[in-house]
Amino acid sequence: MATYQLNVNGQSKKVDVDPGTPLLWVLREDLKMTGTKYGCGISACGACTVHVDGIATRSCVVPVSLIGNRKITTIEAIDQDPVGRTVQNAWVEKDVVQCGYCQSGQIMSAVALLKATPKPTEQNIEESMGGNLCRCATYVRIREAIKSASQRL
Amino acid sequence: MLSNSRFVIRSLLIILSFIATWIVLTASAANERRDLKNLNPNTNLGEESARFAAGLAAWEQVYSVLVSPRCINCHTATNYPQQGDDRHRHFANVVRGGHDGQGVPGLHCVSCHQEVNADSTGVPGETNWHLAPLSMRWQDTNDKPLSSAAVCRAVTDRARNENMDGPALLKHHQEAALVLWAWNPGRRPDGTMRTVPPLPHAEFVNATRTWVDAGTPCPKESSRAR
Repeated sequence: MATYQLNVNGQSKKVDVDPGTPLLWVLREDLKMTGTKYGCGISACGACTVHVDGIATRSCVVPVSLIGNRKITTIEAIDQDPVGRTVQNAWVEKDVVQCGYCQSGQIMSAVALLKATPKPTEQNIEESMGGNLCRCATYVRIREAIKSASQRL
Repeated sequence: MLSNSRFVIRSLLIILSFIATWIVLTASAANERRDLKNLNPNTNLGEESARFAAGLAAWEQVYSVLVSPRCINCHTATNYPQQGDDRHRHFANVVRGGHDGQGVPGLHCVSCHQEVNADSTGVPGETNWHLAPLSMRWQDTNDKPLSSAAVCRAVTDRARNENMDGPALLKHHQEAALVLWAWNPGRRPDGTMRTVPPLPHAEFVNATRTWVDAGTPCPKESSRAR
C-alpha cells in the first residue's frame, strides 16, 4: 500500500491504495465517485474515460501510481467547463441516452474532441469516438449531439 | 534449305543470348566494384570488400530486429498500429492521427500508454508513445513486412529518416527510449512477459555499428527479398 495525493476535479484527495490499482477503482471505490463506469476493464470500450491534464484517458488501465500531480477531471465536474457544459446540454437536447451506462465516457471523449477541434468533420468524429462503444447503439444521436454542441462553440 | 535457315537462326539466337548474359554479368560486376569504391576509394579493395560483406551481414541482423513485433507493430503503412506477436490490428479502433502519429483527441496513444509499462494492467508504456511516420513504414498496406532491401533503403534515406546519417542511426539504436523499450516491453494483461527482439540489445547495437562502419550498405532487392 502507498499514499497518493490526487488532484480530482480541483480538489486534493488523499488515498491509501496499492500502487498498481487502476485509477478507475480509486475513483469508484475509494473516492465514491461512481459516475465513471467500469465496462471492459481493458481499455477497449471507453466507459471509464476521464481527463488527465486534459487528455482523455482510460482510467481502467492507468495505475494510480502513474498519475503523479496531473489534474484529473471526471464526469462529475465536466459541467464546470464551458465546452463540457455545452456538450452535456446537447446530450440532453438530443435525448442521446438510452441505458446510459457508457454515456459518461462518451461525453468525456466528446469534450476532448471538441476542445481540440471545435468544428470537427465527420471523419474527426468517427476517429475520436471510434473507441467508445454503446451497446444500445446510440451512435447516431451521439454524433448529432456533437455536431449540435459544435455549432454553439 | 529450310532446315539450313532454321539452323542459322538457332545459332544466331544462341550467340545473342551468350552476348546478353555477358553484358549483364559485366555490368553487375562493375556496379559492385563501383559500390565498393564509393565506400572508401583510398583503401584496399580487398579489405573494403570484406567490410562491405560484413556490413551486409550485420544489416541482416539489424533487419531481424526491425521486423520483430516489438518494433514493426508501430511502423505500419496503414492508419493504425498493430499489437501482439501476431501483429493484429490494435483494438478500440485506434488510429494514427496526424503526422506525429500520436492518435486523435479522445483517443490518443497516451490515453492508455503512460511513460512506463503498467504491469498491473498489462499496458506497455514509454516516453512519447507514438506511431512511426509513414515515411518509416516497414510493411506494406497488407501488413506484410517489406524486404530487407526496402527497409534498408527506408532507414538510410535521410529524406525519410529525419535526416539521420550513419552515426545518428547508431545513436538512435543505442539510446532512443522507444528503441530501448523493445527489450523491456513489460507484461501482457495475463501477466506473462512480452517477447523481445531476436537479438539482445548489445548485439543489435554491435551489428548496427558494423553496418554503419561499412557505410550502411543495403542488399540488392533480389538477393534477400522476403
